[in-house]
Amino acid sequence: MKYSPMLREIKEYKTATALTPLFTALEVVMEVLIPYVTAMIIDRGISAGSMSNVIKYGAVMLGMAALSLLFGIGAGWFGAYSSTGFARNLRKAMYEKIQTYSFSNIDKFSTAGLITRMTTDCTNVQNAFQMILRIAVRAPLMLIFSLVMCLIINKQISLMFLGVLVLIAVIAATLGMKVMRLFREVFKRYDDLNASVQENVSAIRVVKAFVREDYEDEKFMKAAFNLYDLFVKAEKRMVIMMPGMMLAIYAVMIGIGWFGAHFIVQGTMTTGTLTSLFSYVMSAMFSMMMLAAILIMLTMSAASADRITEVLVEEPDIVDPEDPLYEVPDGSIRFDNVHFTYKKDGEGDENLHDIDLEIRSGETVGIIGGTGCGKSTLVSLISRLYDPDPTPEGAEKPYGGVYVGGHNVKEYDLQTLRDKVSVVLQKNELFSGTLIENLRWGKEDATEEECVRACQIACADEFIREMPDGYQTHIEQGGTNVSGGQKQRLCIARALLKDPKVLILDDSTSAVDSATEARIRKSFAEDIPETTKIIISQRIVSVQDADRIIVMDDGGIDAFDTHENLLATNKIYQEIYDTQMNGGGDFDEPQ
Amino acid sequence: MAQAATAEQQKPKTVGRGNRPPRGVMMRGGEQVKDPGKLFKRVWNYMMAGYKWYFVIVVICIILSGVATIIGTLFMRTLVDDYIVPLTKMADPDYGPLAQAVLKMCGVFLIGVFSSWLYNRLMINVTQGSLRRLRVDLFHKMESLPIKYFDTHSHGDIMSVYTNDVDTMRQLISQSVPQIINSSITFLMTFVSMIVLSVPLTILSVVMVIVTLAVSLSLAKVSGNYFAEQQTRLGDTNGYIEEMVSGQKVIKVFTHEAKAIEGFNTKNDALRESANNANKIANIMMPINANLGNISYVLVAILGGVLALSGHFSLTIGTLISYLTLNRNFSQPITQIAMQANAIMMALAGAQRVFDMMDAEPEVDNGYVTLVNVTEDRDGNLVECEERTGRWAWKHPHQADGTITYEELKGAVTLNGVDFGYNDDKLVLHDIQMYAMPGQKIAFVGSTGAGKTTITNLINRFYDIQDGKIRYDEININKIKKADLRRSLGMVLQDTHLFTGTVMDNIRFGRLDATDEECIAAAQLANADAFIRRLPDGYHTMLKGDGGNLSQGQRQLLAIARAAVADPPVLILDEATSSIDTRTEQLVQKGMDALMAGRTTFVIAHRLSTVRNADCIMVLEQGRIIERGSHDDLLKLKGRYYELYTGNKAEVPPNFPSELQTDAEYLEET
Repeated sequence: MKYSPMLREIKEYKTATALTPLFTALEVVMEVLIPYVTAMIIDRGISAGSMSNVIKYGAVMLGMAALSLLFGIGAGWFGAYSSTGFARNLRKAMYEKIQTYSFSNIDKFSTAGLITRMTTDCTNVQNAFQMILRIAVRAPLMLIFSLVMCLIINKQISLMFLGVLVLIAVIAATLGMKVMRLFREVFKRYDDLNASVQENVSAIRVVKAFVREDYEDEKFMKAAFNLYDLFVKAEKRMVIMMPGMMLAIYAVMIGIGWFGAHFIVQGTMTTGTLTSLFSYVMSAMFSMMMLAAILIMLTMSAASADRITEVLVEEPDIVDPEDPLYEVPDGSIRFDNVHFTYKKDGEGDENLHDIDLEIRSGETVGIIGGTGCGKSTLVSLISRLYDPDPTPEGAEKPYGGVYVGGHNVKEYDLQTLRDKVSVVLQKNELFSGTLIENLRWGKEDATEEECVRACQIACADEFIREMPDGYQTHIEQGGTNVSGGQKQRLCIARALLKDPKVLILDDSTSAVDSATEARIRKSFAEDIPETTKIIISQRIVSVQDADRIIVMDDGGIDAFDTHENLLATNKIYQEIYDTQMNGGGDFDEPQ
Repeated sequence: MAQAATAEQQKPKTVGRGNRPPRGVMMRGGEQVKDPGKLFKRVWNYMMAGYKWYFVIVVICIILSGVATIIGTLFMRTLVDDYIVPLTKMADPDYGPLAQAVLKMCGVFLIGVFSSWLYNRLMINVTQGSLRRLRVDLFHKMESLPIKYFDTHSHGDIMSVYTNDVDTMRQLISQSVPQIINSSITFLMTFVSMIVLSVPLTILSVVMVIVTLAVSLSLAKVSGNYFAEQQTRLGDTNGYIEEMVSGQKVIKVFTHEAKAIEGFNTKNDALRESANNANKIANIMMPINANLGNISYVLVAILGGVLALSGHFSLTIGTLISYLTLNRNFSQPITQIAMQANAIMMALAGAQRVFDMMDAEPEVDNGYVTLVNVTEDRDGNLVECEERTGRWAWKHPHQADGTITYEELKGAVTLNGVDFGYNDDKLVLHDIQMYAMPGQKIAFVGSTGAGKTTITNLINRFYDIQDGKIRYDEININKIKKADLRRSLGMVLQDTHLFTGTVMDNIRFGRLDATDEECIAAAQLANADAFIRRLPDGYHTMLKGDGGNLSQGQRQLLAIARAAVADPPVLILDEATSSIDTRTEQLVQKGMDALMAGRTTFVIAHRLSTVRNADCIMVLEQGRIIERGSHDDLLKLKGRYYELYTGNKAEVPPNFPSELQTDAEYLEET
């Protein structure tokens, strides 16, 4: 079944899950029997003038009420227990699954997508689950039992009622479907309206600068009026439903009253059973309405269940090898005819092609090129964040792999590889907690001295000391209480704590001013000479001191040489140099 | 981003919105509704305005449908007592009277159904109409709020007013209010009917209802506490998920997976526990209420039986049967009202936030100098005219003698001793002196947070200065109407915002009466024409989600085109950063250069080329102009500019704190 990966997570809550509908069913049985007893109280007690019967059946009814209460509490109890437990397991399973994802798995879902699945979707499923266990069992059971009781009391009247019921169901279903479609349209427009508010909130400076308040106001007013019309149109149809139901109930009541009177006169029915017949008819109608409501809710949460299942069944495409290497001998890197495509469905163009590259251990290499030329992609293959493409059919030369320390990266234990190949990502994150806790992400048991040392190399120590709480400073979620440049330096320090053989900086000093950046480069050269350093940048200044510089263009390597040679021979490099040094260089630190 | 960033650094720290629980009354710091009665009255008045008569009809209809329901219930008694029992006694039953009674009931029911439909139908107009007005008023208000409001309120919170808070108000108007009216009327009528049927039984029922209510309320209180706890933990867990999943790639790179799972499990388990408690109690409320109802039924049956059989209080069997049915319906409206009370408190918390925004202080504008089109008459005097002439003048009415003078718009901007702070207690700009002659190009450079963007925010009066004077063509800008002032200033912001609509619409945003040709000409000037023509539908390509389908550079080009079509005499440009590649960068640069020609321009510079040919470069640090002059002058000075430009240490000891202290200072501020 489609949802079985999800349902597998019920795990230790299986018993509770099974007990909930069981208790619900028992509760329903009691609830259905109670009106029958009330009929007894009226017929054999009150109408017959027998007080002892009133008390007898009253006692029976009290007993049943007690049982019903017990079952009801049981159902509620187990329902809550199992559904919240299920939700807990689902969140846990999803979270653990996400931890095994590779970068391409994450890209596929997008961060925002994953968050929604774990929060809103999970809550929806929890509610739907409880609903199914309790009400989805209750409503049909109630409907069936009530109908059965009706039939037992009086066949003719029940059949008549059944006919009406089917008619209502058909009419309600057709009407409901139409209204649902209308509402979907309405909600889409509603989203659009909110989107335009959002747009105005974030672009308020533009609106004000161009004095377009009135213009936007009018635009919004039009949209709000349109939305109003649509809402009224949709709800107009929906409000027919409720009075329609009432009409049906009343019709049935009158019918039962009329025919019931005849049956009573004929002696085939009593006044007491007439009363219980009314209750059963009511509860049947009520159950039907409930059933409709549940169906609507379930269709709505089905989308959430689908999204959760997608996360659970997604297979991580990068896993540890069978017999992994736990030692990276040195920091040399080799690319051997590497090709790479983000979109694996064969649709997109290659993001990297024909990459052949050899970097010596301890070398400092700069990478430069325009946005989207593949710089970040290239380095993310080194720590095996993505795997290169396999050789396709009909390729002239077999596609090769990426080698670190002489071994294919696929042979290493992932943790070992990623510890020794330390990447400072372009979009870097700090986490809430103290500054030193953030640093210890690099090395769990790092001493304070080690942390300070790493921060000194990254030129972070100087500003940390200026902070009132120094290394114990609390970092807000997303690192919002440190400036862009400080954040980048902290991230570099964190990466250094791993004591890596290869250090990759993916545009990680863009917010650091030129002077400080120069000092960081200097301390790299002096303090970690053994480490291979790869520096991606948009700025010539950041890479010109490197031993060699890779110039990338459109997914390929255009040249790989020293600054002087490139300046003399490479067209792209010259162009970048000219614009930056004589025209378009960057002045202050962008955010 | 510098735009937002600078403002953010200065603004008082607002509550983080990342880990705010999604919904519920407990969110946003569990604030309390100050005066619920007054607030409810305000919501009520808001709702009633324009819908008074609707509402009168609604109330009448609710009463009618309530009466019909009661009559329907009582129909049982009439049926049994007045028709069936006599019928059974007749030898030759005559169904005539019964048929008549049934027909009468049909009439009553039809009226009931009709009024129920009518009030539901009318409530749609009341609800949706009130909501429409609410949204329109909110939006109208929002557009009038000063920039400061947006800088000091998180955008998520503002959006939440439109979505969550308006939604809780929708529930209040469309569900809670009619429900309460309905329940009260049903309760009253049931109560009256019960008294009419039997006083002693009513006393018993009332006692039982009180018991039920007491039990429900105490349970609701317990579960309410658990629900509040659940909301907090849900927010906590969601916050953790948000933070960790956002940083998932960092977790991978640092192989921190096991740690991340450990932290998650603790929060997840805590959440489950409180959710379990809250749901458990909420779940058992229904069976408890229902079975208390059953007990009440039995007690009434026994007491009623005793009374009926002993013949006291003239209780007939038919009456007892009717009474038993009424008794079933008696506690329902009360439980409903109790349940609505909770919803109302939640809605009022939402209403509070809605009205807070509606009551926010709008941007004040005491300006009276306006910008008009002028032509020159034969004597060389400026004459105001309707059509666009390309010449503008400030229309200056003098209060003293009632005369009007016209001053040609030239584009000279001067700042004299300007002090400014986002809060009164902390200045971010100190004693700024600046003279921009018409047509001059002034560049601002300096590190992030030095105050570059802030200065431009003062010229267009997004913020008002604390001290000093800003003059535009010798007129104090406080005297100029804000709309006219801003119309004379073209802005290209660093983070480009586009609007949903076609490319053409977005360019025309600069000047609403621009023709298609003018828009295209502006795009050509901005170097945007080539890429626009390559879009699937050219100028008619729809842009969605802030132009998400365009690259950063393309968006920037559109923003330049937008400013170009406005054709303002003074320009404020915040340059794009290095995140666009070299070729696009050159295009953007050329577009900007074309736009700047012949206009007074303030440019927040990131690129050397812009700066080098500026008439004057202002180097800002810590809210002060520390160096000024042409490119060559400043290089010779070998100060901060030299340092920024070359990446080398300044030879002259700087007369401002080093970058290191800047960072520390920055931390203190945040």
